[in-house]
Amino acid sequence: MKRTLLTLGLIVALVASFACERRDGTSTTGDSNAGAIKVGIYADLSGQTSSFGQSTKNGVTMAFDEINKAGGVNGRQLEFVIEDDQGQPAQAATVVTKLINQDKVHAIIGEVASSNTLAAAPVAQSAKIPMITPSSTNPTVTQKGDYIFRVCFTDNFQGAVMAKFAVNTLKAKTAAVLGDVNSDYSKGMTQYFEQEFNRLGGRIVTKQAYTQTDADFKGQLTAIRSTNPDVIFVPGYYGQVGVIAKQSKELGIKAPLLGGDGWDAPQLWDLGGEALNGAFMANHYSIDDPSPAVKKFVDAYKARYGGTAPDAIAALAYDAAYVLADAIKRAGSTENAKIRDALAQTKNFAGVTGSISINEQRDAVKPAVVFELQNRKFVYKETIQPEGASSGAPATGASPAGATTGASPAATTGASPAANANTTSGNMNAGTTTNTNSTTNSTP
Amino acid sequence: MDTFVQQLINGLTIGSIYALIALGYTMVYGILRLINFAHGDIYMIGAFTGFFMARGLGFAAEPSLTALGITLVGSMVVAALVGMAIERFAYRPVRKYARMTTLITAIGVSLLLENLAVVIFGGAPRSFPQLLQNEVYPLFGNAAISKSQILIFGVSIALMLLLQWIVYRTKVGTAMRAVSFNLNSAKLMGINTDFIIVFTFALGSALAAAGGVLTAQYNPTIYPLMGIITGLKAFVAAVLGGIGNIPGAVLGGLLIGAAETFVVGYGQLIGIPSTYRDAVAFSILILVLLFRPAGLLGSTVQEKV
Repeated sequence: MKRTLLTLGLIVALVASFACERRDGTSTTGDSNAGAIKVGIYADLSGQTSSFGQSTKNGVTMAFDEINKAGGVNGRQLEFVIEDDQGQPAQAATVVTKLINQDKVHAIIGEVASSNTLAAAPVAQSAKIPMITPSSTNPTVTQKGDYIFRVCFTDNFQGAVMAKFAVNTLKAKTAAVLGDVNSDYSKGMTQYFEQEFNRLGGRIVTKQAYTQTDADFKGQLTAIRSTNPDVIFVPGYYGQVGVIAKQSKELGIKAPLLGGDGWDAPQLWDLGGEALNGAFMANHYSIDDPSPAVKKFVDAYKARYGGTAPDAIAALAYDAAYVLADAIKRAGSTENAKIRDALAQTKNFAGVTGSISINEQRDAVKPAVVFELQNRKFVYKETIQPEGASSGAPATGASPAGATTGASPAATTGASPAANANTTSGNMNAGTTTNTNSTTNSTP
Repeated sequence: MDTFVQQLINGLTIGSIYALIALGYTMVYGILRLINFAHGDIYMIGAFTGFFMARGLGFAAEPSLTALGITLVGSMVVAALVGMAIERFAYRPVRKYARMTTLITAIGVSLLLENLAVVIFGGAPRSFPQLLQNEVYPLFGNAAISKSQILIFGVSIALMLLLQWIVYRTKVGTAMRAVSFNLNSAKLMGINTDFIIVFTFALGSALAAAGGVLTAQYNPTIYPLMGIITGLKAFVAAVLGGIGNIPGAVLGGLLIGAAETFVVGYGQLIGIPSTYRDAVAFSILILVLLFRPAGLLGSTVQEKV
């Protein structure tokens, strides 16, 4: 009997501790008055990509606090409800269902990993709740329906950027690919990298794959080593990339690793350390951008979160929150359809990660920045502009370049890449390259 | 050729880890006829204990062989205590019930450990500090062996020999073998069976923790769910070798490790994608159960009905 009581006690304690966690998570910004606008956030707070979830949460919280301090939106405060999806697609769909049906949110911000967003998007779409993903780059995400938006570029651009960089800057002729077979992000990146790399005359010599539960990559890397490629494209998430870098160095592989925004997390350095030196990655913005908007954001973020520098995920989450607030303001109501229409009409919104214009595919068209990883720092290499930067945006000359030049310290020369931005439209292939290797800014 | 040798080394490295974990499965099964599903999570606890020890004692700053040794032994001791606690508080109370009850308890303990670890440590992968200046020794051509691989081979062989000695040359070992023959008769012979069972759990858990620290040294990412797939594969290794059979567990571990690495390395040539490495382990399990249920080295025991 005593044992039963003890067990019961333990169970109660456990449940209580979970409950507490939930309550912290549902932190409200400002008073939760009846008129508050509720926004649901779903993010990976305890899984393998939990750095992404934490950054998303930090970015949105900071944006909402600022907005609320400035009087809210249309006189109403913003309030968010956050749910942990543990980085699992099935869980993402479940928590979004909960956010919509139980918490009655007016809009949703979420996920970073494309697989999770892809699982949750149909739920939001069928309930007609506008959803903005800050940083899911797989192109099919926004094809799930007209209520799904994003404020970042897509993988057909990002993958192509790295292919272009490999061929034009690194003079690579052959490439190997090592991707996560279960990740939509990884699959999309691989597809577009391969397309562009082949188009530019390169050759993919081998394609190897892993799954998120793999801890050992030596088998794949040994196979890659035997094909002796010029570069190795690793479109994965930071958790695996760090180890892959270490093991490839151990096997004596000299070819540089290339990757995308999935690498961006403070933990990348702990996991990969010096082995990452000489690798290259594409990302959404540079923390060293001298533009006042970025500086202000970075300083405020560091002050708020104990010196942690905001990664691109945090910056995009911050932008997503502002884009949403802006849309609600313009809609003048929290009616789903009106918020949706206002989001669709977002034009030249000045975000931290550059100017955001939503095109017909509900994607944002933005340039990408390429970094070299050097001694635990991201060293700026170049900015690659999308060819169809203007697709959808009416005033080309005015904007994306104007604001986005800021996204790269070097591009501030003003040599407006937007000039040739409207030569081709609709096509999202990587086009012009603003190449200035001389500037090397680095993350502190 | 050098690629083949390299893949073989890679395969045997993870195989040695599977073998260390498989020993725990096989010993507990041999004594209690219980599949201890929480065993994979002990491996995770071993890795995390090593992580906190290395951080707490400042070994991360100045790596040395002594530091690694202390971390290894320390986490083995902690894991042994955890294993003993699990036996005492989870399995012993239900030992007298049907075997299914214990099995389900084991699954419950496994889930409890995993989720407690997520709550306490967080789900994000952590980087295990490098306790050994990793060097690579070239063999021939492109083939090379790294210091951490040598370490894994060395430590696992030493631990397996130690285990062999304990089981066959000591009094406790004799008692263990007696208990595995027949628990009740062993009890009648004056053997303290409760002690022997606890001892077995401690031994198995210590080996799993050694596996955890060695793996973490080799693949420096640790996270709370790392024990699931590795544990399952070690279980398959134990079944492949013949569950309850100690040399069998070692053989099974090495075979599974080599098999999955070769699938990754050469599978594509015959149309098997490299991500089928997990599928291979479980296909082997099915084949073994179909054609040689007792395992490679196991002997068929007529079940008394």
